[in-house]
Amino acid sequence: MLSVLRTIWNVFLHTFKGRVTVQYPEQKPYLPPRHRGRIILSRDPDGGERCVGCYLCAVACPVGCIALQATEDEHGRRYPEFFRINFSRCIFCGYCEEACPTYAIQLTPDFEMSEYKRPNLVYEKEDLLISGTGKYPNYSFWRISGVGIGGKGKGQSEREDPPTDLRQLLP
Amino acid sequence: MKAVYSIVTVFGVLFVALNLSALLIWVERRLLALWQDRYGPNRVGPFGLLQVLADALKMFFKEDWVPPFADKAVFVLAPAVAMVTVLMSYSVLPIAPGISVANLNIGVLFFLGMSSLGVYSVVLAGWASDNKYSLLGGLRATAQMLSYEVFMGLSVMGVVLLAGSFNLQAIVEAQRKMWFVVPQFLGFVLFVIAGVAETRRTPFDLSEAESELIAGYHSEYSGMKFGMFFVGEYLGVTLISAMISVLFFGGWLGPVLPPVVWLVIKTFFFIGFFILLRASLPRPRFDQLMSWGWKLMLPLALANLLITGGLVVAFQ
Repeated sequence: MLSVLRTIWNVFLHTFKGRVTVQYPEQKPYLPPRHRGRIILSRDPDGGERCVGCYLCAVACPVGCIALQATEDEHGRRYPEFFRINFSRCIFCGYCEEACPTYAIQLTPDFEMSEYKRPNLVYEKEDLLISGTGKYPNYSFWRISGVGIGGKGKGQSEREDPPTDLRQLLP
Repeated sequence: MKAVYSIVTVFGVLFVALNLSALLIWVERRLLALWQDRYGPNRVGPFGLLQVLADALKMFFKEDWVPPFADKAVFVLAPAVAMVTVLMSYSVLPIAPGISVANLNIGVLFFLGMSSLGVYSVVLAGWASDNKYSLLGGLRATAQMLSYEVFMGLSVMGVVLLAGSFNLQAIVEAQRKMWFVVPQFLGFVLFVIAGVAETRRTPFDLSEAESELIAGYHSEYSGMKFGMFFVGEYLGVTLISAMISVLFFGGWLGPVLPPVVWLVIKTFFFIGFFILLRASLPRPRFDQLMSWGWKLMLPLALANLLITGGLVVAFQ
């Protein structure tokens, strides 16, 4: 019997405990920077596209919602001809981000992407591409990798030695 | 002049009682939310007050469905009985000195009789629905209300002995020196428990236990017929709260503020307590409920009556 009274009293004390509800549209919840929300394609610090069209994200995607076609520009630099994410299928697992070798595809702390029409959930490259660098401000794939492209030969990347002369006998 | 006066009283009581119990839908949801650390309905209108209107509109526009297997006449009658019996009890409620719809000399008995008649609404609803869950709910409600009715009446008798009258106005007047909750504390506790069981509110809502019986006796009801059961329940809560304050807390007695305001304040306090009970206590098993009623509450009520009676005789 006493426990019943104590229960009632303890519940009554919740009058002064405050509420845990977040009044969402007026009061935005805090989302950590690594929250897995809307997917974006980032650019490197020079403003070029980071995506090299390697298809690893499309392969890693467990629901197969990423579609792209790689092509090359006049400098021999690979980029996606089109890049399409069907957000009505996306499960926001973040595997694409993990698979990406160039930090191009990233998940952001934004989830407000409701639509009235289903086709509007299919995002094309111009919807995905942002103007900034996302989570990795100084990273540029083309500046670091050993691949030679127009304007940068082999061995001219950052922290890279000139290519070894294979016919040289001396070490 | 007398006729006009009584018509005003009747419609005033009806208006206030019905609107108050409709408002209770909102009050209950907000209070429950407060005690569960949420907000509850706060979107429609200021503080979500128009939620009541939205709910009522929704209920009016729902299909008024009578199942083909139901006993039609009784099925339609049952919710009306639920409303009418509760509303009838409001007629004896003393609102202010000398103001009540019917100043009956047997006010307490009338109130008890009307709440007994209220059992019919659940029995008939459970039976006419021709649905096993409804029938089980109806059976439970009947057994529960009948057995709690017994010591509800007995717990009030202590008050009647002290006041020397069945007239509710006289009972309120008799509390000028001291509220009856002090000499009749046991009677008060028993009356509150019986009142919760009588209105079939949690923790005694076994007749509509949604986790076992869907919705019990009103499983088959929809639209405004369900709404009548719904509002009838809140009317019952208001009535029992008002009765607690009249019988044990001096009704409209109180300093400074006008009598009606005091009655409303006291009533709202007990309505809040009813909702607090719902927020905090789980439902007992049905056999536990019955054995408490007959083996604990009834002897306690009898002992209370015996002692009160003895003391009244001794001090006369």
